[in-house]
Amino acid sequence: MADWAPSATLAVLQTRARILARIRAFFHERGVMEVETPLMSRAGATDPHIESFTTRYQGPGAPGGCTLYLHTSPEFPMKRLLAAGSGPTYQLCHVFRQGEAGRRHNPEFTLLEWYRPGFDDHALMDEVEALARQVLGETRVLGPTERLGYREAFERHAGIDPLRIGEAELVAACERLGVPAVPGLKGRDAWLDLLLTHVVEPQLGRGHLCFLHDYPASQAALARLRNDAHGDAVAARFELYCEGVELANGYHELLDADEQARRFAADRATRARNGLPDVPADENLIAALRHGLPDCAGVALGVDRLIMLAVGAASIEEVIAFPLERA
Amino acid sequence: MATFSTNEFKRGLKIMLDGDPCAIIENEFVKPGKGQAFNRVKIRNLKTGRVIERTFKSGDTVEGADVVDIEYQYLYNDGEVWHFMHPESFEQLSADAKAVGDAAVWLKEQDICMLTLWNGVPIAVTPPNHTILKVTDTEPGIRGDTATGGSKPARLETGAVVQVPLFINIGDTLKVDTRTGEYLSRAEKA
Repeated sequence: MADWAPSATLAVLQTRARILARIRAFFHERGVMEVETPLMSRAGATDPHIESFTTRYQGPGAPGGCTLYLHTSPEFPMKRLLAAGSGPTYQLCHVFRQGEAGRRHNPEFTLLEWYRPGFDDHALMDEVEALARQVLGETRVLGPTERLGYREAFERHAGIDPLRIGEAELVAACERLGVPAVPGLKGRDAWLDLLLTHVVEPQLGRGHLCFLHDYPASQAALARLRNDAHGDAVAARFELYCEGVELANGYHELLDADEQARRFAADRATRARNGLPDVPADENLIAALRHGLPDCAGVALGVDRLIMLAVGAASIEEVIAFPLERA
Repeated sequence: MATFSTNEFKRGLKIMLDGDPCAIIENEFVKPGKGQAFNRVKIRNLKTGRVIERTFKSGDTVEGADVVDIEYQYLYNDGEVWHFMHPESFEQLSADAKAVGDAAVWLKEQDICMLTLWNGVPIAVTPPNHTILKVTDTEPGIRGDTATGGSKPARLETGAVVQVPLFINIGDTLKVDTRTGEYLSRAEKA
C-alpha cells in the first residue's frame, strides 16, 4: 500500500467513528461532562516507565522560551477540574508516549479517561464493564466478567505469591516457567512485569473481560493503598484485560497531597538513578490535592485497542488512519 | 562490529548471542502501561539452525554479527570439505561438514548455492530451491503407469533419496524441491 494512503480500511474507520459516537452517548446518558485539557503542559509524567515528548514555546509570556511536555494522559488537569468542583468528567483525546511502537503501541494514541466522584475502584469497574460490553458486545460473545486479584492471578498462572516473593526467587520462578533470562533486569517489580507480560497476561480475559486488581503497593502509581484480606498493603488499582490485551488502568484515587508529593519525589529519584531525564512534578496537582479532591475513582482506556478487539485487528495500524510511519 | 539497540531490531538483523551469530525472525515490543518495556524476539542460531526465544529490556544494546549471504558455485567435494567458487571474482572457499549439513545430499557440481559467511567463513550452505538430478538406483519402472498413485524410493546422483512415482527408471532426470525433499516432475532430457 502506498504511504500516502491510510493503513486502516475505510470500513474500519467507519466502525471507529461509530464507536467514538457510542462512547460519547454513553457518558451523555450518564450525565458525565466532556472536558478538554491542554495537550501541552508545563509539567510532565514523572513515572519512570513513561517518557514524555517535549516541545518548546517561545513568544509573549515566555521571551526566553519554555519547555512544554506533551501529555501522556490527561490525569493531572482532570483532577484539578474535580478539585474545582466539576463533578464527573470524561475526555477523549490523543496522548503521546515516547519510545512506544509495536503491534499494540503507537507513540500517539487515543485515550478515554474518566473520573467518578463517590465511586471506589469496584464501582468504577462496573461502569468500565458496561461500556466495554456496549462496544464489544456487537461483534464478540463475552462470558461472565472476572475480577481477579493480582496475587491470585500470579498464583494461578505462575505458581508464586507476587506480594511476598523475593527477587532471587522471582528469577528462579522465571527460569522454571521457561521465561528467557533478561540481561540486566533489576528489581522485584521489573521481574514481576516480565512474568506478567510473558506468562500471566496472555491467559487473562480469554472469551471474557477480566479485571486484574489489588496491585502490589510498589506499583500503586496514583492509587491509594489499603490492606488486603491477608493484611498485605495493596494498591486500589485495576487493569482491564480482554483476550490477553491490556485495555484500561484505573484507581481509587490518592487524595493525600503529601503522599502524592512523596511519590513524585521517589519517581524523580528513580529517574536520576536510572539515568533517565528529569521531569518537573506537577505542582498544580499537589496544590489541587491540598485544596481538596473529592473521593473519586478514575480510569484510562486505550480506545485504539478497544477498536482492535471490536474489529478483530491483529495490529494497531489496522485501526489508525496514519500510524507513526505514515504520520 | 557495530552494536544495535532494541530500537533497531527487525526481521533479518544479524546479532551475536551466546557467542553464536543469529538472525532475528520476529520482534515484538511488549509493555505494561505502567511497567517495564521489553522486546520479545524469536532468533535463529545461524550455526545450528535452532530457533530460540529471547527477551531484552527495551533500549538495551547487543553486538552485531558480521554475517552475509553470497552466491557461490559449488565445485567439488574432496572427501573432507566442499569447495566453492565466487562466479565473478573466482575466489575459492571451502566449507566443512558442519556448515554444509543436510545440504550435502543436494549439491551438484556447478550449481549456484547460497553461502552464509560469518567473519568470512562459511557457516551454512543453501542449495538452489529446485535442482535437477539423475536417478542412479530405483526399482524398475512400471511401464505405462503414469497416472495412478503409489510411490517408491529412488536414489539420486548426489546421494539423496526421494519418493518418486512408480514409472520412474534409473537414468531418468528429475526436478526436485531441495527444501522439502519432494519429487516435482521429470525433467526434459538435456
